[in-house]
Amino acid sequence: MRAALLRLVRSFFLGLGFLEVDTPVRQPVIIPERNIIPLQSGSWFLQASPELCMKRLLAAGCERIFQICPCFRAGEKGRLHLEEFTMLEWYRTDADYYDLMADCEDFLRYVEENFRMEFSDHLSLLSKGVFSGADAINLTREWERRTVAEAFARYSPVSLEQAMETDRFEELLVENIEPHLGFGSPLFLCDYPALHGSLAKLKDENPAVAERFELYLAGIELANGFSELTDGCEQQQRFDDELRYMHENGRKTTGMPERFLSALNDLDRVAGIAFGLDRLLMLIMGKKTLDEVVTFAPSEL
Amino acid sequence: MYSASDLRKGLKIQIDGNPFIVTDFEFSKPGKGQALYRCKMRNMISGNQFTQTYRSNDKFEKADLEERKMQYLYNKENDYYFMDIESYEQIFITKEHLGDNINFLIDNMELQVLLFGGKPIDVSLPIFVNLMVIRADPWAKGDTSGTDTKPVTVETGYVLQVPPFVEEGEKIQIDTRTGQYVTRVKD
Repeated sequence: MRAALLRLVRSFFLGLGFLEVDTPVRQPVIIPERNIIPLQSGSWFLQASPELCMKRLLAAGCERIFQICPCFRAGEKGRLHLEEFTMLEWYRTDADYYDLMADCEDFLRYVEENFRMEFSDHLSLLSKGVFSGADAINLTREWERRTVAEAFARYSPVSLEQAMETDRFEELLVENIEPHLGFGSPLFLCDYPALHGSLAKLKDENPAVAERFELYLAGIELANGFSELTDGCEQQQRFDDELRYMHENGRKTTGMPERFLSALNDLDRVAGIAFGLDRLLMLIMGKKTLDEVVTFAPSEL
Repeated sequence: MYSASDLRKGLKIQIDGNPFIVTDFEFSKPGKGQALYRCKMRNMISGNQFTQTYRSNDKFEKADLEERKMQYLYNKENDYYFMDIESYEQIFITKEHLGDNINFLIDNMELQVLLFGGKPIDVSLPIFVNLMVIRADPWAKGDTSGTDTKPVTVETGYVLQVPPFVEEGEKIQIDTRTGQYVTRVKD
């Protein structure tokens, strides 16, 4: 099943004229992000995402690229988290986050259709998955789009502003909102508070929100996409804020990714997305934990 | 001290002077947000349960728990006396605290006593105990009308269902986790 998914990812993106790339997993400097703890490898670090290198490839002239690669985040262990997991990322020039949403719709429809064909003799393998049965998620209907503010207004006891002020954004999102997202049809949760989109472009008409979305399926967050911030100066300021926060909280920092910042200035309209392939496989197969869909779970190593 | 990343099912921590055990645990981290550690916990003394979500920066005190090997001596009304096998120190635990465990206590039995801040809060019995049957109806051979089991009383006063061939004066093995009959034993 994993092999089939990897093959379908490649055939889908190659069919759209994307170039498959392969960038180093181990790097001397990584993105300073307050909520991600990197895994160290010698005096270097294992990537939490291939974002830096992939955007540098765009700056070097690539227009549409994708990559399937392992990513690492220390301490993230749970039903839906592994310290090492498989990420699919893709980037487009001359595009914004709406184009990525359209990609997501085409991609999942392609995967679902082809899985059904490939496994037509073994449909029982898919029978517990999100695309089968009475509660199947319908990909053909129009996918819902809802802003973060709307989702808070609808499902949370307090508004988005109040949640941010009292530092309960994540808690309310997990407890009150996520359990409602992406049933019936997939849902895009859009327009995150600027603070929650450190590498995303802010909306021209409303700089309080970032052009960022998360794709939800059956209450599970599958992908995070955004219109990329391509202003090197502003990105440096945001990284400075992150680094300062990390210093103040006694966290080890990895320095400023200078080469990435200078590459950003060569970019104009760019959009990119990170998609969790293990979680997608888990949903397709109807499993409850990532451990059941990776080739070897940590406890088996 | 423990930090939030140490939280897992089975961890024992201390909150407001009470020992708690984590009975259910889920890690979550929405988007690029903060990590959340959702725990269901049970108070190890009162049994009360609650659910709480913690953050990466939260710290937890280790519960001041100690397990000691002790021997059951005797009971005096509602107080059950135990002796530490190494120090010969004696303590008592009330009947109420012991709950169903009293069904399986016999003199000189060795068991583990869990102490919190020096006070006993729980005992863990051996999984299997052998107890003498002190009262049983005789088995009417050839009686095929009856059920597959019959009630007997063991030396602690506990009554349980056993196969019909078990007789008065015999010893039987009981699983203390379920309170059920396992087999007949010969001394």
